[in-house]
Amino acid sequence: MSEHTSAMHYVKIWAVLLVLLIISVLGPMLEVKILTLITAFGIAVVKALMVAAYFMHLNIEKRYVWYLLVMMLLVVGMFFVGTASDIMKPDGRNWVNRAAQDLRTPAADVSADSQQQAPTAH
Amino acid sequence: MSTMPIATTRSMTGIPTGRLAVWWVIGSEIVIFGGLLACYLLLRNLYPHWGESAAHTSTLAGAINTFVLLTSSLFVVLAHHAAERKRHIAAFFYLWLTIGGGLTFLLIKAFEWSYEIAQGYTITANLFWSYYYTAAGIHASHVIVGMIIMAIISFDVLRQRNLPRVELIGIYWHFVDIVWIFLFPLLYIAK
Repeated sequence: MSEHTSAMHYVKIWAVLLVLLIISVLGPMLEVKILTLITAFGIAVVKALMVAAYFMHLNIEKRYVWYLLVMMLLVVGMFFVGTASDIMKPDGRNWVNRAAQDLRTPAADVSADSQQQAPTAH
Repeated sequence: MSTMPIATTRSMTGIPTGRLAVWWVIGSEIVIFGGLLACYLLLRNLYPHWGESAAHTSTLAGAINTFVLLTSSLFVVLAHHAAERKRHIAAFFYLWLTIGGGLTFLLIKAFEWSYEIAQGYTITANLFWSYYYTAAGIHASHVIVGMIIMAIISFDVLRQRNLPRVELIGIYWHFVDIVWIFLFPLLYIAK
């Protein structure tokens, strides 16, 4: 599929990806939340799209493949939306999810493990 | 000896059968890794103290591994480029450079995990570390599988056989790279 593309083209894409990698590492060092989101996660999306488009040749791939991949992403989105409401709200007016509430505090999270791992006296 | 015809292209899609199969594999992998990443986003949002655990991961090791995988992606696309031009020796060479990249990635991961386990951050330490080892472990297993398949294909390429398969393993390898591109900020940067 890459008959008309030169090797140097791929090296240029790789160089751009490395620049983006450096930005994604340096950006969060400024410790500004919005900047971290943009430089770390926004750039991750850009890098992934560049690899998919130019290295996997999705930019010249048949539409069928696009439909297939988008369909799978929609399945993931469906699972996400289906479970998010339950996971994000561990308590309600008439019920409570104690396991989820306990995990909200780091102490409870760690102590639960330490209790399991506590050596028994012989 | 069988004289049965072998279907190499699906008329419905116009895509070679092998490549179509790899895209379907990628499609199923999207659900596996997409589910993992979605779980992380949900739980990280629910339990902000995960950031304290994430602070103990090595950003430098993660960044070097990202560089290694991006570079190995370049090598495998160059292998594909060479295979399409029937330059089988160059394709073989680039495939083994890619395998070298995978091996470097795994070695760095091994050192990183050894250090973290020695510090007491084991898979049972808390939910974050459970997630960390599960996600990175599943990803590493994909790297190992890719390296094995690539090694098998490389010897076919050396004999000038099945050259189109270089593109197929390339697509898989790039996907493994993309998964890491998302795991890197989640596990190493968001602290």
